[in-house]
Amino acid sequence: MELVLAGNQIQLNDQGYLTDFSQWTKEVGEAIAQQEGIALTDAHWKVIHYLQDQHKQDIPLSIRKIGKSNVVSIKEFYDLFPTGPLKISSKIAGIPKPASCI
Amino acid sequence: MKRLLILGAGTAGTMMANHLRPKLSVTDWEIVMVDQEETHYYQPGFLFLPFDIYTPEQVKKPIKSPLPRVVTLIQATIDKVVPESNEVWLQNGDHLHYDILIIATGTQIAPDEVEGMMGEGWQKDVFDFYTYEGSLALRDKLRTWNGGKLVVHISEMPIKCPVAPLEFAFLADSFFHHKGMRDHVEITFVTPLEGAFTKPKATEALNYLLEEKGVHIVGDFNIEHVDNEKRVIVDYAGKEVPYDLLVTVPPNMGSDMVERSGIGDEMNFIPTNKATLQSKVKENIFALGDATNLPASKAGSVAHFEAEILTENIMLFIEGQPLKESFDGHANCFIETGHNKALLIDFNYTQEPVEGVFPLPGVGPLSLLKESRVNHLGKMAFRWVYWHMLLKGRPIPFVSANMKEAGKILETIE
Ligand SMILES: Cc1cc2nc3c(=O)[nH]c(=O)nc-3n(C[C@H](O)[C@H](O)[C@H](O)COP(=O)(O)OP(=O)(O)OC[C@H]3O[C@@H](n4cnc5c(N)ncnc54)[C@H](O)[C@@H]3O)c2cc1C
Repeated sequence: MELVLAGNQIQLNDQGYLTDFSQWTKEVGEAIAQQEGIALTDAHWKVIHYLQDQHKQDIPLSIRKIGKSNVVSIKEFYDLFPTGPLKISSKIAGIPKPASCI
Repeated sequence: MKRLLILGAGTAGTMMANHLRPKLSVTDWEIVMVDQEETHYYQPGFLFLPFDIYTPEQVKKPIKSPLPRVVTLIQATIDKVVPESNEVWLQNGDHLHYDILIIATGTQIAPDEVEGMMGEGWQKDVFDFYTYEGSLALRDKLRTWNGGKLVVHISEMPIKCPVAPLEFAFLADSFFHHKGMRDHVEITFVTPLEGAFTKPKATEALNYLLEEKGVHIVGDFNIEHVDNEKRVIVDYAGKEVPYDLLVTVPPNMGSDMVERSGIGDEMNFIPTNKATLQSKVKENIFALGDATNLPASKAGSVAHFEAEILTENIMLFIEGQPLKESFDGHANCFIETGHNKALLIDFNYTQEPVEGVFPLPGVGPLSLLKESRVNHLGKMAFRWVYWHMLLKGRPIPFVSANMKEAGKILETIE
């Protein structure tokens, strides 16, 4: 699926995740967040940057690992991205939906 | 004399010793292994112990028995790895020097990571089956349990053998059916994933099977605590699932010694190059099996494929040659579905579990992603294959370390 978000042409898969991380910009992240009904604060960005950093290093993500990362506690993670913290934050961060386990 | 030191004499460590011993000259290289256990457990058997399908004797052997003769096995608890001085310290105070280190310390359950999991109900109405003790205690419980709400639960991913909890649910369905009490048992499968499995293709097939067997599924559930008094599990979003008998897979973490060494990630897994299996800690440290942070399944079959590739890379490393980037994340596992049937899935880093036949294109005899009796026999034969072929580092007939694509209907993961 192709979409124009924040003035940028980007590719999304059928679940709304970016298929090419290089198309991600801060504005794209903000636009996706808005669709998810989330207004991004510094605390959100801290998590998003952490996720992107892990993604670039090919490190698989899980909720508990994030909770232990000193970036956010699991409770705060749920407060920031209610319904499905890891799924929604990954979508905003422009990285693939975490497969978590395989 | 140079020393190759292997930490852990479980599935992966044993395979490495068996692969490397014949390749390394006995006069130049000493192979030393360290493990705290006296027993080698056949962990896939822990799935069958609770249902009295296997006896305790069938899942254990002396830890030395599958090892080659010319290795030294030290029975001790590892304190830590000290990469700066190429040493491993043991809790008995000994320091071992190494030239090459292989970390194969696996993963263990950490029930104390979830509040209340090891509360009053632990091993009374809250059980794990990922340890020998847990699996036996659950067997005793199931022998006399009168029925009620059975909750089969995964705390979080990654866990070793990610399909084992599903298989447990299927086998429970079959077990209570045969006992003539299926009507008195409500089975619910609770998972942090959206559905039965992580890969959409297999999830579809497995969700269908769960439904067919009358197993309810609760997805997107990230456990926050176990309430022993009310007998409910509660997730971070406040969702509750009641149980009379909770069979849980606690969080899985790497060995404590990884934490003590300060060389792992938050879950004590070893950062490892996913194609070469060289650790990111130091160039003479390698890792395989459940101990790594690779985005591959934590399974004996994966360790088997990794062992072939790591053996080649260790030989290249010794010769000073560049390492091969050849591991593709290949995994294949039987999924026991109860009533003497099973299915088989085969996948890697980029290919989804596929429909088709395995291992011979067009012939089988094992069918991928379809329930069959032949697959069940395959799963049962796996115990023999494990002790006699897998641990010995012998290739499984027709199965190669990299995934074959012929005979399968492939779908690539984005
Ligand atoms: C219920 C269940 C079902 C399974 N079913 C299947 C299946 O059907 N198919 C499949 O392929 N796989 C299956 N598996 C997974 C498989 O058993 C593991 O993936 C495999 O054993 C991993 O091998 P490993 O060598 O990495 O770890 P392990 O075999 O666990 O070995 C690790 C070793 O390190 C030692 N160790 C750790 N820390 C220390 C320390 N500090 N000091 C000294 N020694 C230490 C331990 O004592 C242990 O012997 C199953 C697992 C379970 C629990």
